[in-house]
Amino acid sequence: MTWIVQGILSFIIAISFAIIFNAPRKKLIAAGLVGMSGWLIFSGFTLVSGDSIQASFAGAFIVALAAHILSKRFRMPMIIFSVPGIILLVPGGLAYNAMRNIVENDYLTAISYASKAFMTSGAIAMGLVFAEVLMQLIFRYLRRKKTASQNV
Amino acid sequence: MLNEKNDLAIDCCLLAGRLMIESGAETYRVEDTMTRMAISQGLIGTQSFVTPTGIMFSLGKDGSTRLMAIRDRITDLEKIALVNQVSRKLTTTELTIEEAYEELQRIASANLMFPFLLQFIAAAVASGCFLILFEGVVKDVPAATIAGGMGFLVVTLIHELTRVKFFAEFIAASIVGALAFLAVLLNVGEDLNIIIISGVMPLVPGLLITNAVRDLMAGHFVSGVSKGAEALLTAFAIGAGVALVLSF
Repeated sequence: MTWIVQGILSFIIAISFAIIFNAPRKKLIAAGLVGMSGWLIFSGFTLVSGDSIQASFAGAFIVALAAHILSKRFRMPMIIFSVPGIILLVPGGLAYNAMRNIVENDYLTAISYASKAFMTSGAIAMGLVFAEVLMQLIFRYLRRKKTASQNV
Repeated sequence: MLNEKNDLAIDCCLLAGRLMIESGAETYRVEDTMTRMAISQGLIGTQSFVTPTGIMFSLGKDGSTRLMAIRDRITDLEKIALVNQVSRKLTTTELTIEEAYEELQRIASANLMFPFLLQFIAAAVASGCFLILFEGVVKDVPAATIAGGMGFLVVTLIHELTRVKFFAEFIAASIVGALAFLAVLLNVGEDLNIIIISGVMPLVPGLLITNAVRDLMAGHFVSGVSKGAEALLTAFAIGAGVALVLSF
């Protein structure tokens, strides 16, 4: 049950951010689906491994993979589909806690929150880059196969 | 004649690059698009250097070099898609360079954003949904919704008025904090922290942080570091705004 609620909520959030970032009107649903799959993977991975940094990597990887496939399908830049999905994974709470502790002069706690926020955003970026490299390799392989079969 | 044509091609590439940077595209995509457009016009060996605040574009050994300054940056995914479409059509020779330039100018002056009311509602709804995803209690949803919506409204209004992004974010974050504090005080909210976190989510520079690390990994160090600085300043503005309220 909670999975269905989480899925619906993350779908709504991704669409809302797609509206704020002015995604093309006909692609709102697609952006919502990308965000939903990213969040569900993130949330499931957190349950299994208990580590939110690894989970962020997995979520961002899925978001980028889905966004890349959609961008090939619709012939549009990948960023349209990935941005609303990535926002869901961004460590807003960690950054907030870090800033709050700095202002309250508790620097040691702030550093640990800030490092975690930094690691999480690094993991998200790594997930994006990994997925992109993987897709490029796959598409190159497919293209080579296609030209090879045409030559025969 | 040849020079005039080259001039138009450079103008076209620069305009496309400017539109993409202003709408928040990744640095490597901007360089890629500009190079493709140049190649479609028979300009081989062009060089480009793209940063968030300016573009340098050179035709190479015997051509001219141009500079384009960029002042405002927002996130407008539709414009990126439209510019991408123009560059695609230019490379498949569906459009001539003159038509493409006209099309780009039309995109530059058009306002394609969703109506502001819809954005406002979207920000409010997103904040409310975030509260549940962050394991808050249902009782806090109205408070987070109002705080998130008001935060977005204030950041947009003050940015229109003053053109100082960080000041707008500071004020908006303190409004979010004040509303959350008020909600807890009036007993319509329970967990102050979660309400504030959900309320500031529409302001958090998530895209900037991610794009910054991504640009760094792609080797675009100037863009990466400057986007990172922008994200850090925004995060600091939000944190300071919230802290202002919390310190009372």
